[in-house]
Amino acid sequence: MLRWLIGGGREPQGLAEKSSVQTIGEEQVQNPYTELLVLKGHQDIVRFLVQIDDYRFASAGDDGIIFLWNAQTGEKLFELHGHTHKITAIAPFFSSDASEENSHLILTASADRAVIVWDCTTGRQVQKVSCFHSTVKCLTVLQRLDVWLSGGSDLCVWNRKLDLLCKTSHLTDAGISALVELPKNCVAAAVGKELIIFRLIASSDKSEGWNILEVKRLVDHQDNILSLVSVNDLTFATGSHVGELIVWDALDWTKQASECNFWDSSVQPDTRTEIKLSQSPNETSVQHLASDEENVYAAVGKGIYVYNLQMKRVIACQRTAHDSSVLHIEMLPNRQLISCSEDGSVRIWEIREKQQLPTEPVPTGFFNMWGFGRANKQANQAKKVQENTPMHFLELVGDLIGHSSAVQMFLYFSELGLVTCSADHLVILWKDGERESRLRSLTLFQKLAQNDLSKAEFCMFLWK
Amino acid sequence: MISAPDVVAFTREEELGDELYREPPLPEEYSVPLFPFAGHGANPWAKVASSKFSRDFILISEFSEQVGPQPLLTIPDDAKVPGSFDLNYFSLRIMSVDYQASFVGHPPGCAYPKLNFVEDSKVVLGDSKEGAFAYVHHLTLYDLEARGFVRPFCMAYISADEHKIMQQFQELSAEFSKASECLKTGNRKAFASELEKKLKDLDYTRTVLHNETEIQKKANDKGYYTTQAIEKANELASVEKSIIEHQDLLKQIRSYPYRKLKESDFHPYEPECTLDQAGAGSEQDLAASDPAEPGEMHLYSRLPSYTPKLIKAKPAKCFDKKLKTLEELCDIYFFTQTLDQLHHIERTFRGDVCYLLTNQISRALLKQQNITNFLFEDVSFLDEKAPENRDRGCQGLSQDAADRKCSEESSTPKVVISLGSYKSSVECVPIKMEQDMDDPQEPAMTESITFEHQENLDYLDADLKGSISSGESIEVLGTEKSASGLMKSESQASLPISPSPQVGRSKVGSRRTVSEDSIEVLSTCPSESLIPEDFKASYPSAINEEPYVDDEEGGLRFNPRLNPDNTDEQEDVSNQENLAQIDSACCIGKESPNFLEPLPELGQKQCDEDGVVRIPPQPYRQAEQGLHSSFVGSPPCDSASGGLLPHELDSRYPTAGREVSRTSLDECSDSTSYISSAASTCSDRTPSPAHPVCLANERHKKKAGQNALRFIRQYPFAHPAIYSLLSGRTLVVLGEDEAIVKKLVTALSIFVPNCGAYAKPVKHWVTSPLHVVDFQKWKLIGLQRTVSPAGVNVLHALSRYSRYVSILDADSKTLRCPMYKGTLVARLADHRTQIKRGSTYYMHVQSVLTQLCSKAFLYTFCHHLHLPINERESEESVVNRRMNFLKLHLGLANEDIKIVQYLAELLKLQYIQEPGQGVNPLLRFDYVPSFLYKI
Repeated sequence: MLRWLIGGGREPQGLAEKSSVQTIGEEQVQNPYTELLVLKGHQDIVRFLVQIDDYRFASAGDDGIIFLWNAQTGEKLFELHGHTHKITAIAPFFSSDASEENSHLILTASADRAVIVWDCTTGRQVQKVSCFHSTVKCLTVLQRLDVWLSGGSDLCVWNRKLDLLCKTSHLTDAGISALVELPKNCVAAAVGKELIIFRLIASSDKSEGWNILEVKRLVDHQDNILSLVSVNDLTFATGSHVGELIVWDALDWTKQASECNFWDSSVQPDTRTEIKLSQSPNETSVQHLASDEENVYAAVGKGIYVYNLQMKRVIACQRTAHDSSVLHIEMLPNRQLISCSEDGSVRIWEIREKQQLPTEPVPTGFFNMWGFGRANKQANQAKKVQENTPMHFLELVGDLIGHSSAVQMFLYFSELGLVTCSADHLVILWKDGERESRLRSLTLFQKLAQNDLSKAEFCMFLWK
Repeated sequence: MISAPDVVAFTREEELGDELYREPPLPEEYSVPLFPFAGHGANPWAKVASSKFSRDFILISEFSEQVGPQPLLTIPDDAKVPGSFDLNYFSLRIMSVDYQASFVGHPPGCAYPKLNFVEDSKVVLGDSKEGAFAYVHHLTLYDLEARGFVRPFCMAYISADEHKIMQQFQELSAEFSKASECLKTGNRKAFASELEKKLKDLDYTRTVLHNETEIQKKANDKGYYTTQAIEKANELASVEKSIIEHQDLLKQIRSYPYRKLKESDFHPYEPECTLDQAGAGSEQDLAASDPAEPGEMHLYSRLPSYTPKLIKAKPAKCFDKKLKTLEELCDIYFFTQTLDQLHHIERTFRGDVCYLLTNQISRALLKQQNITNFLFEDVSFLDEKAPENRDRGCQGLSQDAADRKCSEESSTPKVVISLGSYKSSVECVPIKMEQDMDDPQEPAMTESITFEHQENLDYLDADLKGSISSGESIEVLGTEKSASGLMKSESQASLPISPSPQVGRSKVGSRRTVSEDSIEVLSTCPSESLIPEDFKASYPSAINEEPYVDDEEGGLRFNPRLNPDNTDEQEDVSNQENLAQIDSACCIGKESPNFLEPLPELGQKQCDEDGVVRIPPQPYRQAEQGLHSSFVGSPPCDSASGGLLPHELDSRYPTAGREVSRTSLDECSDSTSYISSAASTCSDRTPSPAHPVCLANERHKKKAGQNALRFIRQYPFAHPAIYSLLSGRTLVVLGEDEAIVKKLVTALSIFVPNCGAYAKPVKHWVTSPLHVVDFQKWKLIGLQRTVSPAGVNVLHALSRYSRYVSILDADSKTLRCPMYKGTLVARLADHRTQIKRGSTYYMHVQSVLTQLCSKAFLYTFCHHLHLPINERESEESVVNRRMNFLKLHLGLANEDIKIVQYLAELLKLQYIQEPGQGVNPLLRFDYVPSFLYKI
């Protein structure tokens, strides 16, 4: 394509040739997202998306502004100003009691060392705490206990009214990078290479007081822990910068399994240089983990891996799923795996049972007929992948191209579509065009009925 | 847009500069002999070959008190335009038919001179010897030095085409009234300032005289007055009187706007294009900004300082002084505004009447398609929506309310007309014109009617001929004022008695005598609203002697519907008719919501079976009636329309081509009685004014059409490119040369549907890399290709987003876009098309697109296509039904479906859009493979 654009006479620039990323043609039958809405408002990288309820979500990023959007219409609901620096963490805070006034709150932490509680219904700032010694890097709400935790250089426990209930001693200057709730009032905090388990203990003297206690330090990781995910009540998983994936028992905090050489397992004797190159730590860091009951999905470097908990092994992988690092990965309820990456694209995958006769996974269409000629290479690669992952393979069923810069995160709104946010300051709402069209028709006829019954009648008459 | 391009055989453009027409000449033996009169410079369609001027123009003349009627200026200001046409002679003609005869000066029983704020009079007159027909607008301007302080002027729109004047009367009248109002406003301002200067002079003179008298008094120690002193005293007294008089005049002129505001039909002049006028003075802004308060008031207050001078006691002789020019009579700003308006009129009405009418009709019809018209229409046109909405509102009113409204409206004004105007109009005998007796294709009508008409025609034809051949050949075709005057005078006279042939005959007699004086009133003006019912009821007997009685009753039956405002008349009418009228009106209100008016019907009706359009386009009023009547005639309304006489139904059908064409020409006579109840429900609907055809816009269309034509001829892959545009896929025109890219973009822009009532989503030239937002906003983009690294970025971005765009490479002449296998675009852009002119092609495109719009409209608004009929129905069956409808009912194939679906989506978005908030622009796309097309 590009070569064609630049002109036949010149040598191909090879921009597209450099990587051996699997591509899908322009024909994407299974890709439901045929309509997009660009939501403009942010002035800097948008890093966070958080769902508020069935139709609302918030976006926040380096410009320190939080926007509240309607996921159905793309309407901007509120623009929340209050932070002076970039947002570092965001968490929804729902009241257990729905009848309560401030049932939808969000917490935001920023590099200005403040945490603000916002009311999503009115768009107003409810409260602000700015007594932190360091930037709060993560926020976790323990819905069950109706408290929230802020993790910076220390770990603080707050109640709904923003009273500081208790805090740990100074842990590290780098601060807590991730927090996850564990059973039995425990939380796991990733602090550098260490994983620290804290337990909240109800204080005896006060009714609402909590004490926080360090229970255990786990030092199994060789490098900084980048991702932390709770799989189920019994398990959680961590991933580190050098590509270790460890599955932990959530109750006794022992190592259930670990997979530390994603790349090693797949190294072939005839590996090309580019794969060797990819063994630099940056290329193998576990950027993000996601899980469902069966599998842990890991975004490792440019690739994505499916680790089965039962079999304790990688059952499917796509070593170069993207042109550059995968930043976020999620398994959707509809069994589609979505990944987004620094290369600005979002890709939709499906886990397929391996066929007896490996077929070419992707119909490449006409796209390859003039210009790329990568079809063969892909096919070869796909075969290899299948050999290495005997049971399943990941099939690319679609990609979403809209952002011009790294896609930081995405949020799945089931029927309403998919929201992606990116370093190009945009939030894009991807929708199912068919469904939207139907909905618009519905709205139209409702409006018609309101406006003028006779018109609708005429239409029905016409149909007869 | 609706108009078939073929209707207008000769539009007004000259496209001489285009190389496409420079085809090699035909060999001698194949060439057809030229039209014998072609050398005359006239086209064979020109009706009056004898006219001495080449094109329409506007003439301003004045009845100078010194030299009599004289032409002042013409618009366009080009000696070539009037050519050998005798302007002096024609000025004499047009100035001699001013019915004003308004009295200005000292009315008896009044101490001071009174300013008479006379109405303008609007006359249509024809001069068959000169081959000129004119709409003449008389007005008077104030001049302190003139006799009676007034100077009569007139503005005339002169055309060789009588039909144009007659059919465009109301539009001309409205436009000229604007010009006149502007001119008069400026004149009042100038007059007031003149008065103020004069007052200062007088005041100064008085002081001087007073001083002199005092000095004389002091010097004079004798006990008696010298003659010199007496003289001085007299002089002083006359100055004092003069001051009082002038003060009174000033008061009068200043109070004018207030007085006028009380009258409901007065529209203070408000310049419409203040913003456009770069040179507009700030005072104009002031005036325009506060329409509630008459703008003139501001203007009077700020006058430059003036040094008074001594006035001689005796004014100079009438013939010694130089009369002020028109420019001096009017405030300079307003004068230029007036000239602008006149130029605008000239531009608007330029060209064949056919063209004007087609334009008006299509505009009026388009306005009714308020749901789909945003897709392919000009944004400029869409801006004019406001008044239309008001009309709509009125249509929605119940019959009663509408009636009441009408009667209120028409009963208030019209009292101002000075008595003088009545006199001359009494002789007014409206007759039918343009009967086309010898046309063998007279449509079949009810027999009796035909017979009656024949009678009429014979009679009238003779009349017409007589008048044309008369030596003194000026004919007054109609005056609005006289007609409205008649409303008062005639109606009172004839109402109680049923019209009898006797009355009629005496009228004919009087008319004859008038004709010997060479002024013949051929017909009254076509403004229906001004003509009283009873008047219309009475005149036919003047013309038809025997067989009219039957028809008379028929006519009377229908009369009440036309003018529900005439309360006197309504008393005479039985309630029964009123009921019938209300019934049918209700029926129409219910069954014919505006947006559903079947446009194709009109088109079909106007064509004969062989597809040739036989009748000229009719003014929109007529067309609308046709539409409404077709509803009346349709089955669901049968019961209600029972009261209509069959022939009247017939004649309202456009099928009866000749009939309609006739009725439109003499609207004041029979045609008014054709106004169906539908028209009366919205009787305050002002006729659509001739749309100000923006010249630049028109030129743009022409150019775009021409470029598009070239594009489809040059590029074999024009179809997929156009398909991309129609299906909402952004087309990027990539090229190094800005001019070439822009040209292509212009060409293709005519195929781009609008996404809302904004400007077309077309970006002519972009140099920076494209972004997804751009595809959301623009559907056609011209993109620069450069060799620099930045250029590579641009291309990289383009290849990244290649799924959203089709790319037309202007340099290597390739196109990369999805395949198109439909049939629709083939009709739209046939590279073997015989169409040669850009504008014709533009119209062709517009008509095809309109068709497409109607399909999209049907598709969008058919309930069952999108929603299940009942709860249990599955989504799948709805989808099946939808596809069936698209394929079978709309006859769409393959990719054409996507076009209609895209348009439908736009319609939906537009329709469900809340008025307050703008639509969030969507980007819809498909995952379809693209192909590379090469030449």
